[in-house]
Amino acid sequence: MSQLDYDKSKAIYKQIIEDFQKQLIRGTLNPGDKIPSQRDYALKVSVNPNTVQRAYQELERIGLTETIRGQGTFVKADTAMITEIRQEMADDILDRFFAEMNSLGYSKEQITEIVNHRLMEMKGAISND
Amino acid sequence: MIEFDHVGKRFGSVQALDQLSLQFGPGKIIGLFGPNGAGKSTAMKMIAGLNQPDSGHVLVDGQKPRQSRDKIAFLPEIDYLYGWWTLKQAADFMRSFYADWDDNKYTELLGFLNLREDMKIGKISKGQRAKCKLLLTVSRRAPYLLLDEPLSGIDILTREEIINTLIRDFREGEQTIIISTHEINDVESLVDEVFFIDQGRIVVSGSAEELRITQGLSLVEIMKEAFRNVQQ
Repeated sequence: MSQLDYDKSKAIYKQIIEDFQKQLIRGTLNPGDKIPSQRDYALKVSVNPNTVQRAYQELERIGLTETIRGQGTFVKADTAMITEIRQEMADDILDRFFAEMNSLGYSKEQITEIVNHRLMEMKGAISND
Repeated sequence: MIEFDHVGKRFGSVQALDQLSLQFGPGKIIGLFGPNGAGKSTAMKMIAGLNQPDSGHVLVDGQKPRQSRDKIAFLPEIDYLYGWWTLKQAADFMRSFYADWDDNKYTELLGFLNLREDMKIGKISKGQRAKCKLLLTVSRRAPYLLLDEPLSGIDILTREEIINTLIRDFREGEQTIIISTHEINDVESLVDEVFFIDQGRIVVSGSAEELRITQGLSLVEIMKEAFRNVQQ
């Protein structure tokens, strides 16, 4: 995340949390890793330090990180938690997808058809791990 | 805390502030937004004790602004530095004037902002002059930092440097920064709380994050929306 690529019409602290969640899912951030200090992170993304503080507090509250006095903030989440977050994020995307398709008047059958068609097209372009 | 209580101010036929009531809470970065002529500068100068309300009153931590000047570092929109000064001479002047001047901070920020003490104020670019003004204001350890249009007419890279200086230097909990600008887009992620003013009155105010959550709009869009409603 840098200054330019967050959505200015959504709460920024939530997007900071999502940024960390995505990093955990992708594996660019792993259990036990140290995350930047609030000040460094605020500077990196050019965001108000109070907003970063709110996001860091929330990360700790939901159990993704822990702060060790004098040492910094570390990733606490384990593999099971990360899998769960990944599932939740996927569910959110699907919810939005179905809601939008619904509002366009697509039936379940049509949605299945359209998704299958797209998957056929993407075959080979997407990895199946 | 800074408080405006039904403040009115008129310049000739122009009502600059119209029964303006608001509170700037401590420990926040506050955006004072509005088009040119909305009353932003008048309000800022009033907090700095540089003009007086015709009616109502302004209080800084319960005191009149003129009695709280040592608490306020003000960056005015105008160029107040002498062109024949070097940055060092300007800093010496500020150092002799303000007891809360912090030399360590000054030296550190001088490097961070890529400025040099031998630069002549009258000979440097507009962006560099803006950075000098910022440096001289921020080098004081004042609890209130007032920045009047610190970004206007400045290139994008310098604007980013200015914003990052504020983020780097912001002392959470003990410092309050009030930044007036009509270039909201640049400070979307910088401000905690916002006040949109027009014709000397508040049109919309609130926490930036809550406004984004409840309205699903950026601050720029919220301001456009608010002003559209005012004009109808």
